[in-house]
Order: sequence, then C-alpha cells, then structure tokens
Amino acid sequence: MDILIQQLFNGLTIGSVYSLVALGLTLVYGILHIPNFAHGALYMMGGYMTFTMMTKFGFHYWLAILIAVVAVGLLGVLMERFVFHPLRNAPPLHDKIAAIGILLFLESFAQLVWGGDYLTMPTPYNQVVSIFGLTFTMQRLLIIVAAIVIMIALNLFLKKTFTGATIIAMSQNREGANLVGINTTKVAMLTFLISGGLAALASSLASPINLVFPGMGHLVILKAFVIIILGGMGSIPGAILGGYILGFSESLGATYISNDYKDIIAFILLVLILTIKPTGLFVKGGHT
Amino acid sequence: MTSIFNKRNSIIFFVLLSLIFPTVVPNDYFLYLMTTAFIWVIAVSGLNILAGYTGYLSLAHAGFFAIGAYSLGLLTVKAEMNYWIAFVLTLGITSLIGLFVGLIALRTKEHFFAIYTLCVGYIIYLVIDKWEGLTGGVRGLIGIPTPANIGPIAFDSVHSQYYLVLFFMLLSLLIIYRIVHSLTGRTFIAIRNSEQLATTIGVSTMKNKLLAFVLSTFFAGMSGALYASVIRFIGPEIAYTSVMFDLLMYLLVGGIGTISGPAVGAIVIVWVSQQLQFLQEYRMLIFGPLLTLIIIFYPRGIVGAFISLKTRAQAKKRKVPIVNESLTPTKKQIEEG
Repeated sequence: MDILIQQLFNGLTIGSVYSLVALGLTLVYGILHIPNFAHGALYMMGGYMTFTMMTKFGFHYWLAILIAVVAVGLLGVLMERFVFHPLRNAPPLHDKIAAIGILLFLESFAQLVWGGDYLTMPTPYNQVVSIFGLTFTMQRLLIIVAAIVIMIALNLFLKKTFTGATIIAMSQNREGANLVGINTTKVAMLTFLISGGLAALASSLASPINLVFPGMGHLVILKAFVIIILGGMGSIPGAILGGYILGFSESLGATYISNDYKDIIAFILLVLILTIKPTGLFVKGGHT
Repeated sequence: MTSIFNKRNSIIFFVLLSLIFPTVVPNDYFLYLMTTAFIWVIAVSGLNILAGYTGYLSLAHAGFFAIGAYSLGLLTVKAEMNYWIAFVLTLGITSLIGLFVGLIALRTKEHFFAIYTLCVGYIIYLVIDKWEGLTGGVRGLIGIPTPANIGPIAFDSVHSQYYLVLFFMLLSLLIIYRIVHSLTGRTFIAIRNSEQLATTIGVSTMKNKLLAFVLSTFFAGMSGALYASVIRFIGPEIAYTSVMFDLLMYLLVGGIGTISGPAVGAIVIVWVSQQLQFLQEYRMLIFGPLLTLIIIFYPRGIVGAFISLKTRAQAKKRKVPIVNESLTPTKKQIEEG
C-alpha cells in the first residue's frame, strides 16, 4: 500500500512536469497549427540556462529560473520570427522539417557550450519531509505546487485579461481575429514566448530530480506529443489531464510491469489511441 | 548547350564516373565512404517515394533501416543462414512489418502521421536497445559476414563491395524511376497534391498510400541489410532518431520529390561531413540551420533549384513567360527530375 501511494505521488510529480511541457506545445499547436518538434530543445535549453545561472553566477534558484524562462521565451520568439513566420503559408511538411533543423542546431549548440556530460543541478530544496509516515523530498512537492500555481495563473491570464482574450480569439479563427483588429503577428510571438517560458520552467523544476544533458528533451517532447494527442491537439485542459494520466501510468507501470520498459508505455498508449481513433482523442473540429 | 548536358548524357556520365571511381581514388577509405553514401542513397530514395511523391512524412524510416540491418545480422549470425537467402528474407521481413505498420499508421494524416511514425521509430529503437536476449542490447551485434560469393565473384574486398552496393543502388533508382513514371507514380503524386481530389476521381488512396509505404520500407530494409554487411557491426544507435534526421537532411538538401535528389543529397552531405570531420560532434551546428534555411528558401533542394534555373533559361530562350514558380512541382518538372 505504501508503495502504491509513493508511486502515485511520483506519478503526480512526473505528470506535473509533463503537463507543463505539453501546455506550451498545445498552445503553439492550437493557435498557430505548428507541431513544434523543437519544443524539446527549448526544454533542454531551459535546464542548461538555470544550471549555468546557479553554478556560474551564483544566483538563487528562483532568480535563475526567472532568467531561464525569459531567455528561452525569447528564443521561442526568435524561432517564430525567423523560421515559422516565413513558413506560415508553406505546406505543413515544411514546418516540421524546419523545426527538426532547429532541434538539431540547439542540441549541437548545447553540446558545444556545456559538453555532453550528465550534470546534476543543485537545489536549495533537498530536505526530506514526512507526511503520514510517507517520505517526500521538498523538490518533488515544490514541482507539484509550482505546476498547479502556474496552470491556474495561465488559465486566469487567458480567461480574464484582454491579451489572453486575443490569444483565444486567434486560436478560434486567425482571419477573424485579424479582421477585428488583433495584431496576429504579435499574438504569434506572444504564444511562442509563453510556450518557451513554460518549457524552461518545466525543465528547471524537473532537473534537480533528473539530470541535465543535451538529449534530455528527446523523450520529454515525444511524450508531450503523446499527451496532446491524448488530450486533444490544441486543448489546454486536455494537455493538463493528459500529462497527469501519462505520469500516473508511467510510475505505476515502472513498479508493477517493468522499469526497463517504462518509456515504451507512452508510445504504446499513443499507438493504441491512434489505432482506434486516427484523428486523436477529443480533437477539435477542423484542426486535423 | 542543353544538347550535350541533356538527361540521358548526364546519367551515362555519372554511371561511368561511378564505375571508374575505384580506380582513381588514392585509398580504400574514400571508396568505403562512397559505399556508405550509396547505401544511404537507397534508404533516402525509399523515403522519397513516401515523403516526396506521396506527401506523407514518415519519421520511422531509421527504424525500418535498423530492422533490415538486424534481420540480416540475426539471420546470418544467430541462425547461420546462407547470406543471400537471409538477404531476400530480410527484404520480406521489413516489407511485412512495413505493411502492418502502414495499415495502422496511414489511417492518420499530416501531423498525426509524423508523430505516430516518430513514436513507432522510437519503439523500434527501445525494443532493439532493451531486448538483450535477441539483439545483444547496447553491445550490438558483431561478426556479420560479408556477402557470400555469387559464382566466381567474391565480395570480401572493399572494391567488390563498392560494386555490389553500386549495383543495388542503380537497380533501386531504376525501379523507383519506373514506378514514379508509371500510372502508380502519378497516383502517388495525385495523393500528395490533394488527397480529397484523388479520392473524388476514383483513386483508392489507402491502397496506394500503403503501396508507397511498403515500397519505402522495402528499400529501407535493403539499405539496412547492405549496411550490416559492409560495416559488419550494428548497434541500437542505427535506429535512433538522429539517423532519421540524417536521412531527412539528405533528402531535403538533394531535393525532395525528385529522382536524383536523394543521390545528390546523400553523396554531397557524406563528403561535406568528411571534410568537416574535425567538428564531427558539432556538425549539426552547421547542418541544423542549413536544413531550416533550405526549407525556407529552397524547399526543393539542390536538384529543385537546378531544375527551376534550367526551366527559366529555357523559357528565356524561347521567350515564353515563366508560368510555374510555385513550391509544388509541376508534372513536367517531376518528369525532368
């Protein structure tokens, strides 16, 4: 029973990270219809940024995260400006290939600057707390709480602010939004800013319990794609829910099935979903 | 000018060049490099049938390449089968797996198809990596034999392997040329240009997409089998996504949707990579942005750029206005490619 609860807790932690990554991905897909294969590279860059800020410049964890979020968000804006904006009228194949080009570049760049080693990120929250006889590390609790806070904040931003409303409007109909005077170019950049920021935040939170290395984005991005197909491409609640579903199934699968094959679970899940329903679960009409 | 450099002459020229290539290179290393480049040409040409002509970007191709390599490796090393029987069986195995994957994968479209196949590729990688009992896991598979003799011809030297791979490459290109210029090839192009329209005029899209998928895995399997017997060591990394991205780069740089594109791309990039050996690990610093720039400015690669240059020159000569400047190639351009 203890193992079960412990694993559910781990699932909650992993799921929080997945949800944050998937949120950024689904936002870009829902609004700009770009499946951003380079999102994993943004996740990776976030991890390295925070790591460098903490170890090289001696900044506090939170300040380092803030800098990483802004820096990676701007990186996302650059990507939109120089790559996806010129390609907005090209066939869908082009977006994907361009994104893969960015991914390859950023990975190689990280390897050049930081080397190929596995790095451990320090954290001020290494304490172990015990609640009801179960032991948790502070960092894991922090991930869960931070993720929930961010999701609520993002939701409030989209629902209650004017800028948020323009984003929603554009996701519903780009031409229509343009007609009523929304600067769609600006909204596109803003979307990439948020998306990159979320990716950086997720990796900064998750890195102390994982490791930082150039290929760290690979599996995460693949799983994020599984999540947004699970939750419906472009759907924000879907991404959050999908993230937690995958987090739980992985941590339970690792304990009760096989630790070696835990990474396959997500992909088998996807293959099953698309086998049964080729347009993805809960897909919004017209977005296929 | 065009009379000397027409299509037939240039093909003859390049075939002759590749035939005398082993006699002019200073050492075996370059020959070996060219042999591997030819192997990639086969794989990329297969990918091209699907991505270039049918319009479905499969990201599982490295997985099928690895299935080909591992099938041949396991059949010859563990089952100790005759090389050529194993070779034929390998082609059958990859096509069969391709058929099953295609049946399911092709029900999805566009982004879903790319993501689905990316995940299939990753599953293949993980299975090869984790299934130690069968594949040897991360240690890989060693001692794969060189191709067995055919009559008096032996394939144990670098030279003979070069010619063997060259033979398979030319054969593959010929087959693909015939397919693309047949009614089947036209059907593929119709699906790429508009699947709905193709269905409307009575094309069985699923059947044709499946055919394109199986063909593309067939060539991936052939290329994988040749790779295993030339390199003679295979590890799970040949199924990794980075190999997939390499294939994609060869295709894009050469020219997607053209017959000669994959050959030009693979050979050019293999040689450029060779020149950039000193930055082996960081070569993606150059190739990553290159890939992105090509897709923005030259979506049809080197061959595509060359064709539009030629068309423009011809149009100028005949004083005809240039009609086609769009991204999707016209029927005529495809014929010329």
